Amino acid sequence: MTDAAVTPAAAPGQPAPVGGNLVNALSVLLAVLLGVALYFLYRRFVEGLGAVTNISNGYPWGIWVVWDVIIATGFACGGYAMALLVYIFNRGEFHPLVRPALTASAIGYSLGGASVLLDLGRYWNFWHILWPGYFNVNSVMFEVAACIALYVVVLWIEFSPIGLAYLKRTKLAGFTNRVLFFFIGLGVLLPSMHQSSLGSLLIPMGYQIHPLWQTPLLPLLFVTSALCMGYAVVIFETTLVGAGFGRDVSAELPLLGRVGKVIAWLLVAFLVLRFGDLAVRGQLAAIFTSGGRSVMFGVETLMFVAPVAMLWPEAPRARLSVLFPAASLMLGAAVLYRIDAFLVAYERGASWSYFPSVPELMVTIGVVALEVLAYLVFIRILPILPGHAR
Amino acid sequence: MPLGVAGGDQPREGDVASLDLTHADVERRYGVSRREFMTFCAGIAATLGLPNSAIAQVADAIVSKQRPSVIWLHHQECTGCTESLLRAEHPTLETLILDIVSLDYHETLFAAAGHQVEAARKAAMAKNKGKYLLVVEGAIPLKDGGIYCKIGGQTSLELTREVAADAAAIIAIGSCASWGGMPATDPNPTGSAGVAEALGRKDIVTIPGCPSNPYNFLATVVHFLTFGKLPPTDSLGRPLFAYSRLIHENCERRAHFDAGRFALEFGDEGHRKGYCLYKLGCKGPMTYANCSIVHFGDVGMQSWPIGTGHPCIGCSEQGVGFSKPIHALADLVGQRPPATYPGVVEAQGHGATTAAAALVSGAVGLAIGASVKLTRLLAANERASASAKAEDRPAQSAKE
Amino acid sequence: MSVDRRQFLRGGMGAAAGGACAAIGAPTAQARDNLTVPDHALGLLYDSTLCIGCRACQSGCKTVNALPLEDNVGGALWDTPYDLSPKTFTVIKLYKDGAAQQKDAEQNGFAFLKRQCLHCVDPSCVSVCPVGAMRKDPVTGIVSHDPGRCIGCRYCVASCPYHVPQFSYDTPFPRISKCELCKEQLAKGDIPACAKVCPTGATLFGTYRELTVEIARRKAMTPGATNTFPRRTVESGDTHERRAATYTEQVYGQTELGGTQVRYLAGVPFDKFELPVGMPVRSYAAQAETLQHTLYGGLVAPFVALAGLVAFAYRGARAHPDDDQHDEASHD
Repeated sequence: MTDAAVTPAAAPGQPAPVGGNLVNALSVLLAVLLGVALYFLYRRFVEGLGAVTNISNGYPWGIWVVWDVIIATGFACGGYAMALLVYIFNRGEFHPLVRPALTASAIGYSLGGASVLLDLGRYWNFWHILWPGYFNVNSVMFEVAACIALYVVVLWIEFSPIGLAYLKRTKLAGFTNRVLFFFIGLGVLLPSMHQSSLGSLLIPMGYQIHPLWQTPLLPLLFVTSALCMGYAVVIFETTLVGAGFGRDVSAELPLLGRVGKVIAWLLVAFLVLRFGDLAVRGQLAAIFTSGGRSVMFGVETLMFVAPVAMLWPEAPRARLSVLFPAASLMLGAAVLYRIDAFLVAYERGASWSYFPSVPELMVTIGVVALEVLAYLVFIRILPILPGHAR
Repeated sequence: MPLGVAGGDQPREGDVASLDLTHADVERRYGVSRREFMTFCAGIAATLGLPNSAIAQVADAIVSKQRPSVIWLHHQECTGCTESLLRAEHPTLETLILDIVSLDYHETLFAAAGHQVEAARKAAMAKNKGKYLLVVEGAIPLKDGGIYCKIGGQTSLELTREVAADAAAIIAIGSCASWGGMPATDPNPTGSAGVAEALGRKDIVTIPGCPSNPYNFLATVVHFLTFGKLPPTDSLGRPLFAYSRLIHENCERRAHFDAGRFALEFGDEGHRKGYCLYKLGCKGPMTYANCSIVHFGDVGMQSWPIGTGHPCIGCSEQGVGFSKPIHALADLVGQRPPATYPGVVEAQGHGATTAAAALVSGAVGLAIGASVKLTRLLAANERASASAKAEDRPAQSAKE
Repeated sequence: MSVDRRQFLRGGMGAAAGGACAAIGAPTAQARDNLTVPDHALGLLYDSTLCIGCRACQSGCKTVNALPLEDNVGGALWDTPYDLSPKTFTVIKLYKDGAAQQKDAEQNGFAFLKRQCLHCVDPSCVSVCPVGAMRKDPVTGIVSHDPGRCIGCRYCVASCPYHVPQFSYDTPFPRISKCELCKEQLAKGDIPACAKVCPTGATLFGTYRELTVEIARRKAMTPGATNTFPRRTVESGDTHERRAATYTEQVYGQTELGGTQVRYLAGVPFDKFELPVGMPVRSYAAQAETLQHTLYGGLVAPFVALAGLVAFAYRGARAHPDDDQHDEASHD
């Protein structure tokens, strides 16, 4: 995964393009995966959703909704998480982590929004959801869609100084920087709204969501876990990019360690809320009596608890060999939480079953490949990662 | 209607002796071609639900076996069952019908009457004691000692008891004899009852209907002739070959019922198109009989009530015929829902295929494996840089 | 984390201020109550004990709505749907136990159920549809679908407690389909096809009020006593006589989730039909909308929160400009 890098001259610590060859073994692999996905998407649009996916009227939402939209936007919460830390909590020392997080967010949210279009059956009417006279303000989904649409715009506005600097449009970049604070504020409000509402989507489904997951606290649980995902993904990406490009990330390491502590605290809050809620609703026994769902709940909980144990003490937090697996486990837990809440907990009666088909999975894998590919291209070309000697 | 051809004033000579007829004699004896005779035997075998191999057996039995003596009693009845029997076949076969049995007493068909006929009856009973078939047509009144029907000074009840005493088997033909029929309609002023109830016996073969289908009776008798015993019957004594299924199960209009096409009034468009008559009160769904298969009158298709456009009135079924109003809706009795009903749980949706499960497992495994590997790599790097730092320290302090 | 209490407190205040302002600014959390039955609401009464499983309703519905047959057994000889589908707006399902000998008996018996849209009083589908493609008629209460507005998100399919809306996955131009109580026939002065053809009056059409009276009349019948039952509509005068069956206590759709305009009577407990039972009286739509309105009603809370966040972001951005020219400055 290393490459022959031509690191542009820049002051140490300042954002700089990573440089290097855009075409390499990894990018080719990602492009191939994307190509496979595009083939199946072609079939989806020509023949219909049923020709490619395993969704049905028993399980109308499959992994295209759950992964490509709900989970992927969770992965893309790095920008939200860092904005909260740096600009609201005024922790300026985390500043170097902002740009990479923002980039991943802009790409991730754009693709998450685009993935909605792949899943919508009557996609040609998609603009209705943003058009007065059509949209239904009572619907949770309207609020999710409107917020995400607006947030994608906000993210690219927040990102624009980077692009403008690359294009040497200094005056415009300067202006944007001066008004950026408004969009930063918006960029903290909007994800708080829609990440919580992604959880609220489950509330109208009532009894159809198993009591281990169905709760009025869903919005709070979702936004807390999304925030955790944002912080975890920062650690995750920093580590991967560092290892992949052979970069020395020791300067960011203390920052990552403190991010790790934030994750630990947030996870504790999440677990307290989750189990407190289960206790208040009298569902603690159900943890053990729900068959396969008990197993999934157990795995999910373990994956939430493990990072707390790993990140609580200070010394291990200084090491990537602890931070990285903890962040990975945390991300896995949040992924599993969302899959469990939307698919495993979903009860449609004995007649129905669902498991994604191979073409359906390949499309999801292709979308992920595109996200990674775009991110790699961006960081090579644009000044995003903190410049370092190798 | 050849009255007096069979039976006559006295038992025919030669009946009782076993006749050694070749099939060539069939034509001479019965006045029909051999082909027609075999067709008749095949028809009887089919009605009984017997396989093709039984046809020869039936033919042999008819030709060679001793014709059983039959004493036929009439009580509260309209004689419709007898009339129906007589119309069962083409006239040239009437002789054949009346030759399968030796009809030794029949009030309608005998030319003679009065004491002579009664004497003939008693003689036949004595001669064939324990071997004759008793056929009863009509209901037996039980009220007030049974005085509401008397033949030759005897009440129906007494007469039936007397003849039943030495009968080899008793067949009740028609709904009246089977369970009381029309005379037993509420308020049943004469206390009419079927033979089984009147005699207090459970071994009566009943062939209900109003009239009953003559082939049901004929086939039952031929079965007795061929195999020496009566055909299997249900708990009410009805032969299973004719009464084990509902009219509804074999009705030619069933497709209309299943598709929801009903005639609403006589003469409306649905009625003219031959739609199901359920809404007009057809009792097919609760009546056990084979009218829908065998029809009546040998005049081809549609020669039965539903075929002519009138709902079945359940004439053969106790509790339905002459009891439930003709246009009241039938209940579906003993219905076994057909296999085409979707159950409340029907497997639908798309579960895991091996390939998909393998793909997911592979992807998850890859992710876990890569993470573990990277973690190990990071740990190794940390150990390496930690030991490098330890080496550097003395050098650094030396520098300072 | 370096313990700089001031820093932490300021940041915490920033975020909390947004939330607090939101809480103060938001309207007091008024629970949005269940919607009520419209005055002129129309409905159906399906009495499983009267149903003989003839499926005239299924057939009539397909004729009136020009729906194709569904072939699940091969040979395309007749209509064999498993369940509601894009081609089947109503279907007769069979409950069977043991030897299935006794109609309307729970044990060793069988019973029929007519599945269709229940036209809820407070429908989940109407509440969740992001583009208002599902609407409840304010006069008749009929829940109908407008494909012109629909984006095909299938939230209605996912949220309907009775699994009614059906999406056509087998075409590139899909749509949602379900019973709409024959609203075109009603406009012509006719009645829904299923009620019109039902030979026993198992499916009965009428106003919600009329049907409520009829339900009470049937529940009051002595099991086994002969009674008259109307066909087509409550007031049609087209009646027949039969013995009343033993009904279960529950009238399905009377109270669950705010009630439905199509209600069921049966001789077999409703959970045997794989219908959801034990649901709360408060509709899921009411629950979800209460939450949404509390958090976002009038966008008051969001705007107040935004004001707080922007204020803090202004301060934060000034301290840490995201500018290529500046170093990592030391902070307060």
